[in-house]
Amino acid sequence: MATYAFVLLAVLAVASALAMVLNKNTVNSALFLVLNLMSVAGLYLLLHAQFLAIIQILVYAGAIMVLFLFVIMLLNVDEEESLFDKFRAIYLVAFLLGVVVFGQIVYSLGGVTDLLPEISADMAYVGTVEAVGEVLYTTYLMPFEMTAILLTAAVVGALMIAQYKVKTSDQEE
Amino acid sequence: MAEAEVNSYVVLGAALFMLLNSAAICVYAERRIASFIQNRIGPNRVGPLGLFQPLADVVKLLLKEDVTPVQGFRTIHTIAPMIPVVTALLTVAVIPFGDGIYVTDINAGVLYLLAAASLGVYGVTLAGWASNSKYSLLGGLRAAAQMVSYELPLGMALASVVIFVGSLSVVDVAVAQENWWFVFLNPLGAVIFIIAAFAESNRTPFDLVEAEQELVGGFHTEYSSMKFGMFFLAEYMHVVINSMLITTFFFGSYHLPFAGYWLPEMSTTAKAILDITVFTGKTAFFIFLFIWVRWTIPRFKFNQVMSLGWSRLLPLSILNFIVIAAILFAINA
Amino acid sequence: MIGIDWYLALSAVLFIIGVIGVLIRRNAIVILMCVELMLNSVNISLIAFASHHGDITGQVLVFFVLAVAAAEAVIGLAIILAIFRNNLSIDITKVNLLRW
Repeated sequence: MATYAFVLLAVLAVASALAMVLNKNTVNSALFLVLNLMSVAGLYLLLHAQFLAIIQILVYAGAIMVLFLFVIMLLNVDEEESLFDKFRAIYLVAFLLGVVVFGQIVYSLGGVTDLLPEISADMAYVGTVEAVGEVLYTTYLMPFEMTAILLTAAVVGALMIAQYKVKTSDQEE
Repeated sequence: MAEAEVNSYVVLGAALFMLLNSAAICVYAERRIASFIQNRIGPNRVGPLGLFQPLADVVKLLLKEDVTPVQGFRTIHTIAPMIPVVTALLTVAVIPFGDGIYVTDINAGVLYLLAAASLGVYGVTLAGWASNSKYSLLGGLRAAAQMVSYELPLGMALASVVIFVGSLSVVDVAVAQENWWFVFLNPLGAVIFIIAAFAESNRTPFDLVEAEQELVGGFHTEYSSMKFGMFFLAEYMHVVINSMLITTFFFGSYHLPFAGYWLPEMSTTAKAILDITVFTGKTAFFIFLFIWVRWTIPRFKFNQVMSLGWSRLLPLSILNFIVIAAILFAINA
Repeated sequence: MIGIDWYLALSAVLFIIGVIGVLIRRNAIVILMCVELMLNSVNISLIAFASHHGDITGQVLVFFVLAVAAAEAVIGLAIILAIFRNNLSIDITKVNLLRW
């Protein structure tokens, strides 16, 4: 059962990722990314990480991607011309680079595949909100607080960059 | 944690059946109450007291021509109306309707509800975009901005409930209100939650998404026939769902007021019947509140909606959360 | 039961798709989305390791990655908005004022 679910979700994730990269239309790309994020959330559920699966949907699909869609619609940009109508050298380079990195990863994976553990039996308790929260607020309290500062800084910075009227020069004079 | 006493598939089937039908009942109730408020008669021709009016509406929607804009995006135009219906149906999975009567109890139920609510925005936004019309696009953009903004006060109000319970399971939230409803312990949170719930379901005074004086029909300008019917269905299902959420989180779920102090022991069947009746009654009252507000209060301007959300409700909800957390800490310490 | 190597392989495939996307696309928003895809693929392998070792640390790390991804998306979109306001295009090959 879990095997079929994994195969289904994995195929869905890869297919939607490919469709996202190859689609000409930006809104379609964003929607395929949403599909990809949801299938990844399903994979998290298979790995007994319920809390992160829900957070993934809540934060990624519900907030970040809506922001992306909002900006895409707001700018209403033209579609870029088709990807493959004109061969460009960079496609070849990108593809080769991709293949090389993939080969590297698979090679290093193959080297350690016997050493990897089986799925741990007590994972059913580990993925819950209580477990994640407890570690987050004790061992990792400091990084957690720094995340808050990071997010605040990001919001302020985004406001400064995207503000329509940056401080005009005659105010300084 | 209360054990599930009724088979969850039975609960699921009954809940989905009631939710789909409640949309039809809401349409009828909305038209009758609106006409009562505006001192007119309202629909009274189809069947006794006009009770079959929703049926007639559905038949009319089904028989209409289904128009798709030529310059639009056909696939997304077709998918978009289904999204809000699906996300509305998703939410019943974690709501407890009575003592031990729920579909499932997941340990992040409150987050699950928020996640399902946050996905609903895609329907309206994509509908506005796929129609390839200025009015629709404006409606869709407004929907995206408004729903993302009001999710924050909604989440903070829920967080201020969750710290009373100490658990993110919705069933635990319901059980914790046996003696004291959270509206008595956390009145500000309740008000913020109700306002944010109105904004999330795009109802007046926050229905700028479809403001007909400015935007013709808003995001559903280009929709007709059953695709429009889906949006219509979704709107009323969100009204019902949000009424259920208000009931569950602040108005004692299936408990009578202070039930723990005076309610005698009852047999399981009698308790189940009482619980479901109480829950349905409270939900019906909040549906009435939604309709009442719609026909009483005029619509905000968009800048007012935004400033209410970001510079009033959000700071207020954060402050409320901090104060409650401090008081609870002082009591428990 | 699916072994951990399958999750890692899936993570690698998604990561490579993200890398190729960043290299071949010219639309700045799509490039940003490809970066999100890469972060996401890393999250898969982190969670796979976390659940196979029975150690919660991987999940906490994913939580931080999510927060950083949110911050990155916000800043990235703000920069794209600013670029669009200046030269009415988000094609990265046309953003060449600082190139020489």
